Formats: sequence, C-alpha cells, structure tokens
Amino acid sequence: MEEKVVFARPSLLTDAPFHYCPGCTHGIVHRLIAEVLGELNVSRENVIGIAPVGCAVFAYDYFDCDMTEAAHGRAPAVATGIKRVHPDKVVFSYQGDGDLACIGAAETIHAAARNENITIIFINNGIFGMTGGQMAPTTLLGQYSTTCQDGRDPVLNGYPVHVCEMLSQLKGPQYIERVSTHDAANVLKAKKAIKKAFQYQLEGKGFSMIEVLVACPTNWKMTPVKALEHIKNEVIPYFPLGVYKDRG
Amino acid sequence: MKERVLMKGNEAIAEAAVRGGCRFFAGYPITPQNEIPEYLSKRLPEVGGSFIQSESEVSAINMIYGASCAGARAMTSSSSPGISLKQEGLSYIACGQLPCVVINMVRGGPGLGTIYPGQADYFQAVKGGGHGDYKLFVYTPATVQEAVDITYKSFEMADKYRIPVLILGDGTIGQMMEPVVLPEMKDPATFPEKKWALTGCKGRERNIINTLDMNPERLEAITDRLFDVYEQIRENETEYENYMCDDAETVIVAYGIVSRVAKSAVNILREQGKKVGLFRPITVSPYPDKALSAIADLPNVKKFLVAELSKGQMVEDVRLIVNGRKPVEFYGRTGGFVINTEELISVVEGGKR
Ligand SMILES: Cc1ncc(C[n+]2csc(CCOP(=O)(O)OP(=O)(O)O)c2C)c(N)n1
Repeated sequence: MEEKVVFARPSLLTDAPFHYCPGCTHGIVHRLIAEVLGELNVSRENVIGIAPVGCAVFAYDYFDCDMTEAAHGRAPAVATGIKRVHPDKVVFSYQGDGDLACIGAAETIHAAARNENITIIFINNGIFGMTGGQMAPTTLLGQYSTTCQDGRDPVLNGYPVHVCEMLSQLKGPQYIERVSTHDAANVLKAKKAIKKAFQYQLEGKGFSMIEVLVACPTNWKMTPVKALEHIKNEVIPYFPLGVYKDRG
Repeated sequence: MKERVLMKGNEAIAEAAVRGGCRFFAGYPITPQNEIPEYLSKRLPEVGGSFIQSESEVSAINMIYGASCAGARAMTSSSSPGISLKQEGLSYIACGQLPCVVINMVRGGPGLGTIYPGQADYFQAVKGGGHGDYKLFVYTPATVQEAVDITYKSFEMADKYRIPVLILGDGTIGQMMEPVVLPEMKDPATFPEKKWALTGCKGRERNIINTLDMNPERLEAITDRLFDVYEQIRENETEYENYMCDDAETVIVAYGIVSRVAKSAVNILREQGKKVGLFRPITVSPYPDKALSAIADLPNVKKFLVAELSKGQMVEDVRLIVNGRKPVEFYGRTGGFVINTEELISVVEGGKR
C-alpha cells in the first residue's frame, strides 16, 4: 500500500522545538505563517523576518529564512529599513501587544501611515508574557496582572487599546483584520487572513497587519482549555473579530 | 585639478555620503543639521537610494539597523537631543556588528539647550552613550573639507570593521560654508559582498542577526570580539594633527571648531616668539593616545591646556593619557559660546579663566 503524507512540517519552519508554554498559541501562528508562504510559493530565500522582544524573541530559531531581532517595539522601523533595501523580498515582523501597541506604538502607526509594503503579525495575548505577566495595553478591564493585582481599573490603569480600530482610521494601510486561535474554525480563518496579507505584499499593495488573539494560560493562570474559552467569552466581545480595513 | 566648490558643511557631508555609497538615510529634523536630511531627500532618490523622514530619532536609528542588516550603506544624522534618543539603537547596532554612519552636529546642552554649537556630547560619544559594553568609532572634523573626507571614509571604515562610526561635528561645522573638493562617486555594485547580511538565503544557510545570547560563554565571546576590533582600530586607524608641538612649552589640546581657534592662537603666539603648539585628535574613540603620550614625554613640554565647549569632558581622557607627567589645565565655555582667539591667548598667557 502506498503511504500518503497527510501532515508535515512546512518547509519554512526549522526542526527546532518551540519553547512556548503548554497551551500557548504562538506556535500555531508560526506554523500558519510558514504554511501560507509555502502555499504562495514564496521560497525561503525570498523571505526576511523580524522577531520582537517578547515571548517570540526566539522566532529567528524557528523560521528557515534570514531573520533579525529588533529592539523592543522597533520591528516596524527595522522592517522598513530592510524592505526599502530589498523591495523584492517578503518582509514580515512578528510582535506582541506590549511590543507593538505600547513601546512601539509610534513605529506601528507610522509604518502603517507610510503604507510600507510589509506585513505585521500582531499577537494579542492581553499580557506581557515574557516579563512575567504585567499589564499590557490590551489587558481587559477587570483582568488580573502582576501590576494590576485587583484587576485592571480604568481609573487607575486606563483603557485597553484597540489597534485594528485605530489603524483602520488611517488612509495608509491596505488590509487590517483581527482573527483568533481559540478553535479550529478560527485558526482556519486566521490562516486565510494571514495568507491574504502576504498576498497583498506580493502584489505590492502595501501595509497589512493581522491581529491574532492568542492564549496565555501561564500568565492568565488558567488551564489551556479555560484559556481558549476565555478568548471566546471575554476577549472577543471586547476585541471583536473581523476585517477592519481592506482596500482590495 | 579637481574642481573646488563652495558648500555648507551639512550639504557637503550629505553629498560625500552619497559619493561614499550611502543609499539609505532616515532621520528626524533638528537644528543645526537639517540641511543633511533636506539635501538627501532630493539626492538619494536620484541615485536609487531611499530617504525616510522618520517619526522620531528612535525610529530612524532602528531603520538604520534594518537597512544595515540588509547590507546597505546607511546613515542617520541628528543633533544632541536626538542623538540621546538613538542610544538604545546604537547599542543594538554595535552588538550586532552592523556598519553604519551617524552624524551628530552637536549643540549646547543639557536639555533642549540651544541651537548654537557645543562639544558637551563627548562623553556620550566616546564612553558608550547606550547600555552595555561597546564603543563607537568616533571622528571629529575641523573643516568642511575634513568633514567631507571623513564622511566618505567612514563608510569604508564601518564596513571594514563592522562598527558604527559616529562623526562628532558641532553646529559650526554644519553651518559654515567653505570651499571643498568632493571625492569621486563610488558604485555600490563594486563593494565587497557582506556575507553576514540579510539578503535572502539563496543557496546558503540562513543568516540571523540578533543581539540576544543567553549563553554566557557566547555572549562574553561576542563582547570580547567587539573590543578586539576596537583595539585593531586603535592600532591602524587613529588620526591626529601635531601642530608645532615638538618644541612647544605649552600644548593646547582641542578638536573640532575649537582646534581652529587654537591654531590661530598658536600662530599669533608663535609670531610673538612664544612656544605654543596644538595637539588635535581627529579620532577621539579610539583616542590617539600613543601620539599624545609621546608629546607628554618631551622635556620641553611644560604643560597642557585642554580647551572645549563643555565643562570639561575630553580633558579627562587627556589627564588619563598624560597620567600626571605634566600639568593638564582646562578652559571651557558652554551655553553656545565659541571660544575666540583673544580669549584663548589670554588663557594661555595665564590671564582669563
Ligand atoms: C526597552 C525595553 N523595555 C523593556 C523590556 C522588557 N520587556 C521584554 S519583553 C516585554 C513585554 C513583552 O510583552 P508583549 O510584547 O506583549 O509580548 P509577549 O511576551 O506577551 O509575547 C518587556 C516589557 C525590554 N526588553 N526593552
């Protein structure tokens, strides 16, 4: 009987095991990026990636393409420098919410406003994962973090930042969508969005950002299953999924 | 004979950068260096390069990080407050061994300070203004021609040693006009291949440029390498001007615009039969320590006078090198004042302090 391969590692991923915590969905997003670039026939020599400072700081270990790691929040500026030198390469940055929406907010907004022809994969896990669970700009009202231990209080801590909604007000960006990883159907939708974002870059259309809701069971102090339910029941109502901008 | 043209310092530097192969510039406006981005915004697209007016100096230096990772000759320029904002990026660039050129047209500080010239960013430039163990390769031009030659050469130096080169100018160098001979246009296609750069990993292992290493042995080795390279630069590339120091009793030590004032003072004092000389470092990191030390050993040299537009920064390096062999005096002005010739002569003669 002939054996048929039904599941394999996408060629853009190395064989290094992910270092992520159990139940974290960073790994799923890495895989989606590698899968869609494969499906778009973008080979390893045509991709350059930028890792952030955050849990995904080691992303350069996992993608089999030229990679760098930017200072905290500066990935869109680094991506801009790389893309301007190599306009023929697919350039993507992969950033957490502290990185992209807090310390790097200016870089994010202005890369979008310039319509840089890059793709940003924005991981919203509602927390500073790498540094041990402090409040992020996306931490929900009432949510526990190590720097808002009674839950985020808007009077003391202000309100969460809605990045897709904000960026979609700008004329520059081409495609902005928020997707989730809390179940298989949504992972497939996330894949479609990420593919379209890269497709736009390949077509030279310009800036795209896909915000991906990701679970952080460790810092949310939940089981992996509870964390996925939490995305569905608490995070999505506050950060609604959908296309925020698509200039087609 | 090559054509001499009258150019403003900032514009001459910008043109020299293009001729030296610079094809990427990002910067944020600040006086007194605005003519650099203004000039390049027009000039770089003409040669197929990229110019970006960034949202901040923080972003600009990280764009330089990216462009340098990608293998381009890249430059940013700013003035003191903006250079402060670039320090985190410079630390990453130094650790990543990424070549680039950074211009600081220094203005008086601290704080927002003034738009008039200053030299009070010396510590920041030569001691490593950002976090961690690293050094920049720092030049201090004194004329527009020298600024042109240094800018042109800096791209070679940056690539050769894989180190960020900082050109420590001052408002005067950027703003004054002088006749210059511009160097030849280089063709970036002829530059040696950067095997480490992110160019798309066609037919090779992927390249990774990062500044994180949780393995103590490896990180210590990286740090050691940065300092080995710095010592090679000290050995091969330090530059200085010795102007009548060999028979001098008093040696003025000054760089940049102050060195020009000091040279006039030396000329006037020499006409009066007074044995005064000028030691002018052209690189201040690494410092031309051997040359200065040799002067300190001369029996005729009785004392040094360091003159700066600061409360006393380079004087600390001079004192370390002279190491008590001769007295080292200091004279400085701040607030945007430039020391003038009469003032300096009176200081040399033991008058004004
Ligand atoms: C300039 C600077 N400030 C702070 C830090 C420390 N730091 C590292 S990661 C991080 C937050 C990361 O959170 P996020 O971007 O949400 O990514 P996650 O770890 O949750 O994936 C912080 C504050 C740093 N490395 N650099």
